Amino acid sequence: MNEFIEAKVALQWQQPKAAYDVVIVGGGGHGLATAYYLATRHGITNVGVFERSYIGGGNSGRNTTVIRANYGIPEAVRFYQRSLELFASLEDETDRWIMHNQKGLLWMTHTEHGMRAEKARAAVNTAFGAKTRYVEPEEIKEICPQIDLSGGGKFPVLGASYHEEGATARHDRVVWALAEGAMHRGVHVHQRAPVTGLLRDGDRVTGIETPDGPVSAGVVVSAVGGHVTTLASMAGLRLPIRSHPLQAFVTNHYAQAFDAIAASTDLLFYMSQTARGEMLLGAEIDRQPSYSYRSGHHFLESCAHRAMTLFPFLRDLRILRQWTGICDMSPDYSPIMGKTGVDGFLVTTGWGTWGFKAIPVGGEQMAQLIATDKTPELIAPFSLDRFARDRTLADRGSAGTH
Amino acid sequence: MSLRITCPHCGVRPLEEYLYGEVPVVPDDVVGDDARDLDRAFMRANTEGVIRERWFHAMGCRRWLWADRDTRTDEML
Repeated sequence: MNEFIEAKVALQWQQPKAAYDVVIVGGGGHGLATAYYLATRHGITNVGVFERSYIGGGNSGRNTTVIRANYGIPEAVRFYQRSLELFASLEDETDRWIMHNQKGLLWMTHTEHGMRAEKARAAVNTAFGAKTRYVEPEEIKEICPQIDLSGGGKFPVLGASYHEEGATARHDRVVWALAEGAMHRGVHVHQRAPVTGLLRDGDRVTGIETPDGPVSAGVVVSAVGGHVTTLASMAGLRLPIRSHPLQAFVTNHYAQAFDAIAASTDLLFYMSQTARGEMLLGAEIDRQPSYSYRSGHHFLESCAHRAMTLFPFLRDLRILRQWTGICDMSPDYSPIMGKTGVDGFLVTTGWGTWGFKAIPVGGEQMAQLIATDKTPELIAPFSLDRFARDRTLADRGSAGTH
Repeated sequence: MSLRITCPHCGVRPLEEYLYGEVPVVPDDVVGDDARDLDRAFMRANTEGVIRERWFHAMGCRRWLWADRDTRTDEML
């Protein structure tokens, strides 16, 4: 955390204790939200969050900040809809401005098959509480005047599912608000504090190893992103996770207001405008598993080309920055949360390319699991053992990154 | 510059010409048919370090090749 942020956010940095009731590995959104909800909802404040770099420096600060609940399966719609509600009240609750902005999300389609898929999405969303409806091209043009409905003559827009509650929030501010809320209540957050090993008593995990010595814990929660497999292997656990790079970029300032969040599953890109006026774009994950943060020119070329097909105004803009995050991809494109079969070791992982939108609900549910030792009904379907039970939650079409 | 892979037939070519071929390895200490099937289907070592993998040179000679790559740096060895 740099001086600018220190001045904006009141945080108190503590020395690590020798023991905590709960140790959370990973100071990103999910780790800090878990700490925040433990402190605010359950009065559990003897909690230590250990972050190897700086808080929000991983995928929490590298995503494209979209918050939505337009998923394709009932379990996910209910889950993300809860997150939408928590996000909407987070500013009032934390008294911090997270720049939450409800914009509406257009998910465009260019094929007959895609139209059927988006109508089905609208139906399952409506049935399970998310506000999504199918819209025709004329209405798309009203919502988003910058669009070229002919798709450059190659990808005509046939329709879209319109998710009215789709929103964005400034991701760093979400992380800081949660960290601040947790730390005011006594939670310790440690930066530049890598976890180098896990303490074990038989099969049970009893704490963590750090460069400054061991820290014992009643329970250890992994809220690690792309590097989760390495931590889980210290607990003797194999995970169904592959780590893939995901790239994104922003352009320079676009002088007009671009209100909606626009995405196309056929062309495979998504775009919104940041509060600074930059156009923020992302697309698919890199095909090969990797931990390299290197960005490539091929991604810029192909993503920009696809986006310009629908939004010709992008031709006049320039790319300012690009970056990469390392995503913990699960095989069925749904998160993996809860107990692991290893005593004293919980995971919240498999957040792949859809983690930011789930930060509040992920933290709330994990906190409830830790406080009550019972898996909440909302996240029971997302348990790690679903793969062995043949109850996978395939929802690839809702990730928007494939 | 993007990742480049050496094809034994075509020489050094950019990543975009290739398709990735995963090689799942079930560890010996996973025992029992069900456990090994589960592991092969879903579980991955997801190694941070050097892995041996296959690439298909789709836009070149259309043959499979083996390669060693350090996943921390994407350096081809």
